[in-house]
Amino acid sequence: MHANSLYQEVILDHNRKPRNYGKLDHASHQAVGHNPLCGDRLDITLQLENEQINNIAFQGESCAICKASASMMTAAVKGKSRLDAETLIHEFRDLATGKLDINLPHHLGRLTVFSGIRDLPTRVKCAILPWHTLHAALNSISSASTEADNDPAQAVSSK
Amino acid sequence: MNPAHVSLKSEISSGLDWERIRADFPILNLKIDGKPLVYLDNAASSQMPQQVIDRLVQYQTTQHANINRAVHYLSEVATTEYHNARCKLQQFINAREDREIIFTSGTTDSINLVMHGYGRKFIKTGDEIILTTLEHHSNIVPWQMLANEKDAKIRVVPINDKGELEVDEYEKLFNERTKFVGLIHVSNALGTINPIKRMIDFAHQHGVPVLIDGAQAAPHLTVDVQALDCDFYAFSAHKLCGPTGVGILYGKAALLESMQPFKGGGDMIASVTFEKTIYNTIPHKFEAGTPPIAAAIGFGAAIDYLTAIGIESIAAYESSLLAYATERLSEMSGVKIIGTAAAKTAVISFAIDGIHPHDIGTILNQDGIAVRTGHHCAQPVMQYFNVPATSRASFAFYNKKTEIDALVAGIKTVQKVFL
Repeated sequence: MHANSLYQEVILDHNRKPRNYGKLDHASHQAVGHNPLCGDRLDITLQLENEQINNIAFQGESCAICKASASMMTAAVKGKSRLDAETLIHEFRDLATGKLDINLPHHLGRLTVFSGIRDLPTRVKCAILPWHTLHAALNSISSASTEADNDPAQAVSSK
Repeated sequence: MNPAHVSLKSEISSGLDWERIRADFPILNLKIDGKPLVYLDNAASSQMPQQVIDRLVQYQTTQHANINRAVHYLSEVATTEYHNARCKLQQFINAREDREIIFTSGTTDSINLVMHGYGRKFIKTGDEIILTTLEHHSNIVPWQMLANEKDAKIRVVPINDKGELEVDEYEKLFNERTKFVGLIHVSNALGTINPIKRMIDFAHQHGVPVLIDGAQAAPHLTVDVQALDCDFYAFSAHKLCGPTGVGILYGKAALLESMQPFKGGGDMIASVTFEKTIYNTIPHKFEAGTPPIAAAIGFGAAIDYLTAIGIESIAAYESSLLAYATERLSEMSGVKIIGTAAAKTAVISFAIDGIHPHDIGTILNQDGIAVRTGHHCAQPVMQYFNVPATSRASFAFYNKKTEIDALVAGIKTVQKVFL
């Protein structure tokens, strides 16, 4: 796997101009995600109404992979139901860890640009952190970590 | 004149053929994705020369048995070779006696030994332990555990913008409650060489013992524990061209004798009944169970290898690499070197404007270049410089100037990707 094929234009673009960047003033749900291995940190705020994500924002210090993943994630889940968002979280995690068969039906769309991350095990957590954090926010868990025992991803993968 | 000629000239003038020394390291012939490996992560772990690999094979094929136990031939050979390794370490750091060298699993284990053996016995409620901002987590966390247990206090020596310790502030921290100092000899994150002799002397004026974390110093500087007069000195084999899983703790004999054992088990006892156990003498009191015999003997072989080249020659050659790398990286726009102490080992921590270290590391890896990215287990240093992480290139005597050129080219590629 060449790093260049991971650092594709779409990822670089979302890194340069992240969508939905910032913090919502009247969030109904929020969580902070940490990757203690590299010190990265991500805040997610969202407004959930009638089980639908009306608005979502993120901000934080992170690498390009994490930031692009967060940016594309917020764009993908905005306007979606909680259930659809959870499906995406599940599918994205499987994509990043190489468990998803990309040829079978899925809902990831352009998010499949992250498929190459499976070949860079040290970077998988960078891509997954925003999704962990979203899962934590939707389930009213105030913080998520890529390393903690109560790793929300465990809950996802055990479904 | 191309850079290769320049480097050749300086290598001849030092009297050593560094290209030939480099050829001792088989792993350096690896190709990563078709590109020659450029290994610049020596502060994390160094590579092993064929001579040490051969010694491990020789031990494992002709000398292995458990030590200090049986009367048979192999056990005697293994016991002798293990003891010889201890003596090589003793000479390497100029300890008075071989029993002052304790084999541990590495620097972290050595520090934990001192925390349990010395700290838990002698540090009391309200006592103070002095550490520095430059410490590796391995010389912070054990002392925090002790401070929590004993309700003792940790005082921290600050640093300046160059990444140097504020020694005046260090001296102001001493009072009648100060009972211990833990001090890193060379910063793993920045390469700063600390003025430990002055700091040890000051502590001793107050009757306070000093532990030196020498993990990053022993591979690059001559260490003389008698001249330093430190009370404890710790380092790991795998940063000195030896195997993982072994390191040493040097301690002054009288201090080691006054301490309680860290781990209980076989070998660390003189006699055992269910009523009473009498502990063995040092160093055995601190080496419970079967030690890493092969690794310790490999450690001894690595010491032989480094001593044959000469630590002073290594230091001189590595500082020429540091000077060249510092010059090349300083010229690059958007690249900032973090840690610019006057006295440094060949370590360069750097940041590139707007690009996260993990992205830098991943893209450099594509060109076969291995650097460390992250907080380097030194988060207080990162907090001081207000960065979550840095990229770190750390050099060894088997690196060459053309590899620094490769790093510079790699950084340009990184900048191009994020343009």
